[in-house]
Amino acid sequence: MSDFSEELKGPVTDDEVETSVLTGAGMHFPWLQTYIETVAIGGKRKKDFAQTTSACLSFIQEALLKHQWQQAAEYMYSYFQTLEDSDSYKRQAAPEIIWKLGSEILFYHPKSNMETFNTFADRMKNIGVMNYLKISLQHALYLLHHGMLKDAKRNLSEAETWRHGENTSSRGILINLIQAYKGLLQYYTWSKKKMELSKLDKDDYAYNAVAQDVFNHSWKTSANISALIKIPGVWDPFVKSYVEILYQIVPSHKLMLEFHTLLRKSEKEEHRKLGLEVLFGVLDFAGCTKNITAWKYLAKYLKKTLMGNHLAWVQDEWNSRKNWWPSFHFSYFWAKSDWKEDTALACEKAFVAGLLLGKGCRYFRYILKQDHQILGKKIKRMKRSVKKYSIVNPRLSY
Amino acid sequence: MDLEEAEEFKERCSQCAAVSWGLTDEGKYYCTSCHNVTERSQEVINTDLIPNTQIKALNRGLKKKNNSEKGWDWYVCEGFQNILCQQAEALKNLGIGPELKNDVLHNFWKRYLQKSKQAYCKNPVYTTGRKPTVLEDNLSHSDWASEPELLSDVSCPPFLESGAESQSDIHTRKPFPISRASQSETSVCSGSLDGVEYSQRKEKGVVKMTVPQTLAFCYLSLLWQREAITLSDLLRFVEEDHIPYINAFQHFPEQMKLYGRDRGIFGIESWPDYEDIYKKTIEVGTFLDLPRFPDITEDCYLHPNILCMKYLMEVNLPDEMHNLTCHVVKMTGMGEVDFLTFDPIAKMAKTVKYDVQAVAIIVVVLKLLFLLDDNLEWSLSNLAEKHNEKNKKDKPWFDFRKWYQIMKKAFDEKKQKWEEARAKYLWKSEKPLYYSFVDKPVAYKKREMVVNLQKQFSTLVDSTATAGKKSPSSFQFNWTEEDTDRTCFHGHSLQGVLKEKGQSLLTKNSLYWLSTQKFCRCYCTHVTTYEESNYSLSYQFILNLFSFLLRIKTSLLHEEVSLVEKKLFEKKYSVTKKKSRSKKARRH
Repeated sequence: MSDFSEELKGPVTDDEVETSVLTGAGMHFPWLQTYIETVAIGGKRKKDFAQTTSACLSFIQEALLKHQWQQAAEYMYSYFQTLEDSDSYKRQAAPEIIWKLGSEILFYHPKSNMETFNTFADRMKNIGVMNYLKISLQHALYLLHHGMLKDAKRNLSEAETWRHGENTSSRGILINLIQAYKGLLQYYTWSKKKMELSKLDKDDYAYNAVAQDVFNHSWKTSANISALIKIPGVWDPFVKSYVEILYQIVPSHKLMLEFHTLLRKSEKEEHRKLGLEVLFGVLDFAGCTKNITAWKYLAKYLKKTLMGNHLAWVQDEWNSRKNWWPSFHFSYFWAKSDWKEDTALACEKAFVAGLLLGKGCRYFRYILKQDHQILGKKIKRMKRSVKKYSIVNPRLSY
Repeated sequence: MDLEEAEEFKERCSQCAAVSWGLTDEGKYYCTSCHNVTERSQEVINTDLIPNTQIKALNRGLKKKNNSEKGWDWYVCEGFQNILCQQAEALKNLGIGPELKNDVLHNFWKRYLQKSKQAYCKNPVYTTGRKPTVLEDNLSHSDWASEPELLSDVSCPPFLESGAESQSDIHTRKPFPISRASQSETSVCSGSLDGVEYSQRKEKGVVKMTVPQTLAFCYLSLLWQREAITLSDLLRFVEEDHIPYINAFQHFPEQMKLYGRDRGIFGIESWPDYEDIYKKTIEVGTFLDLPRFPDITEDCYLHPNILCMKYLMEVNLPDEMHNLTCHVVKMTGMGEVDFLTFDPIAKMAKTVKYDVQAVAIIVVVLKLLFLLDDNLEWSLSNLAEKHNEKNKKDKPWFDFRKWYQIMKKAFDEKKQKWEEARAKYLWKSEKPLYYSFVDKPVAYKKREMVVNLQKQFSTLVDSTATAGKKSPSSFQFNWTEEDTDRTCFHGHSLQGVLKEKGQSLLTKNSLYWLSTQKFCRCYCTHVTTYEESNYSLSYQFILNLFSFLLRIKTSLLHEEVSLVEKKLFEKKYSVTKKKSRSKKARRH
């Protein structure tokens, strides 16, 4: 062995003397990295507590991804200590993280049940004031998912009246969401009740009571939701249910036009039929006779419907109206008056009149006779369409 | 509700005209004769009569009727003493002789108190004019061998009764001026009497006591006794909760309340770091002016010859390698008594890293035998494999590849389990630490919440999975000949990598590369850095394996390896120096 020292030969040449300490690309100090990382925390070394809890979090997330509920629960057990983190920022963020992960575990774990979930949710709600609303909302959704509508509604009602905590913007949003879902649940109950009602015979002694109940319910629900949708945001699912209720109770509401636009875009036939109904519904009312949008929509939609071979739909609607609409909307008097007041409106009405009453109707003929620089071409086009599509047209009546 | 608790309230009762007041749970005065409750609460009164409201409030435990709220008066160093006691006791349970606790550690501690002028000296120093006489008496009377009790013992009544009993009257019988005055003014407080002041204390030349430093004391004692526990063993036992450290304050007596600044002093949330404790050991040893420690001779556990054997066994390397490690020890002089023995006063104070040094020697030997250049070790393995196939009856030649495969698997498994255990570690104690009395109910509520949540989730966890605490062991890996699943390489032969040359054996490998070509000569704490990508994968694996074993950073081990090589190849280093100098001259 003593020969050894003579037989030594470093494989590194003299030129590379520097590189065993420094990397080829310049200076590198591995130990410096850890110090740089401490800049964010004010120069103090990261505590092992922080390191192990973040490792714990990774393990939980990994276990959840792999659907290893048991493992996730094991790590969760240890993760609860972050609620006592001496770092106040982390301590405040902990309840939300724990709720998200814990609720997921309890949702899927085979040994878990509704009771455990509810206990957990109630506990998490009461840790600090910041999380009550959010957790309540999510808890309610969970209950909904499991078909526990009454419990969900109760939850939401409780949450709605909760007055603690800061008045932040997110709090506002959460309250709105809570109200929205509550409204949705009310809509669902209303819908069910309506269904019940439709099954009852009008002469049935219970009918009135149920009808009254439905009616009251409608107003309550619509009141809730109407307040809600005044707030900017995307409320589509809620609006639909609101509008449906409104349609029952206030068909002439201006929202009906928007409802119509939604309906006509739908893929479902029944929705599109309803779209037509809605339009006719709106124009049944005196207050809307001069609503140009309604007429425009109706004109367009009628044409589309007739082009789409849905004569039956139009006839359905027209049957109940053909006795009174002509004098209500399409009298000679109206023709003169509308044309004088608003030529565009008159045009649209004329088109509708033409489609429904045929080219011989007074309204249509009057507008046709009028000379107008801008609308002239449009009127001519109208004439052609009416010829082609009017329901009075013998060609199409089959 | 205690009678006549509120002596300071002197008004007559509006209903019965008596002057006999007690305190309700909410801290309001009530007449003890007719039970008429007033709206006056205690603090309001105090502001009028006594200047330092908060002292009184603290002493009375604010609104709580439980007067032991404040607990005993205690000093921070008493807390440390308690922890040291606990640790010594734990070491005793591990098999260390009782002299460590009763004699060695106790003496070191007393000496520390003396040197830091906290006790056992003529004029113990405290700030704000505190009279420390009581503490001094207590410490000198303290019986170390008794249970880890508060120093302010029952044997000294005036000291104890303050606040502990409802009848005591603090403002008439003060053994010392209440130092809390300074605390209440700044609205920072602590359970200990000097907690706030302690955390701000910055005395030059005095080594301030901290929780990590308790381990330095333990290690010094172990070293003095030359016990068979290395520093890495000690720290590993701490990590495995066999030695109190993380929540040691939990076992303080009930009446020793911790809060406020005590948190920062006693509430540790990191495991001890080898280099840190090592540094502190040297520091404390120097500060205490300790003499040369008992010699570390060849028969000591801490001698590299013995430690190398231990580690070779632990990582499943052949016993035959031991000859080589002994040889390296001899050549480098690392087995010399003077090299190994800790002498704080002398300059050779920095050699107590016995475990790291032993492991570094093994690494050097592995490099000597196998070069570890990601090439030679595998070709040598091929030869060994061929030979072993042909000669199944003989002692098998050590096959590096086989060893690597088995060791890597075992190492990966162990490391994974270790990481999982760490992720699950519960740092928070049953006794929550809180900032102040205002914070206390919140802290306790949180704790209750956590405990409830844990209870709920423990029903979801399979109870058989949670194994009991492992019993402490010096070995982390165990290999036996009888185990057929995993080959035990202890008995394997190094014939495949050695060759005979006359009387002596030489390694077949004739090359070597140095872990560090050039050492840093500036004042930084390290003499070299470790950039992994510069080194072979085999070398990286070896370093990772041993670093994990000792729970140290790979850079520390790499440095130690470099230092061993520096001693071993002294000539080479001076040769390199000459060469580079001449080259430089040529360049110019």
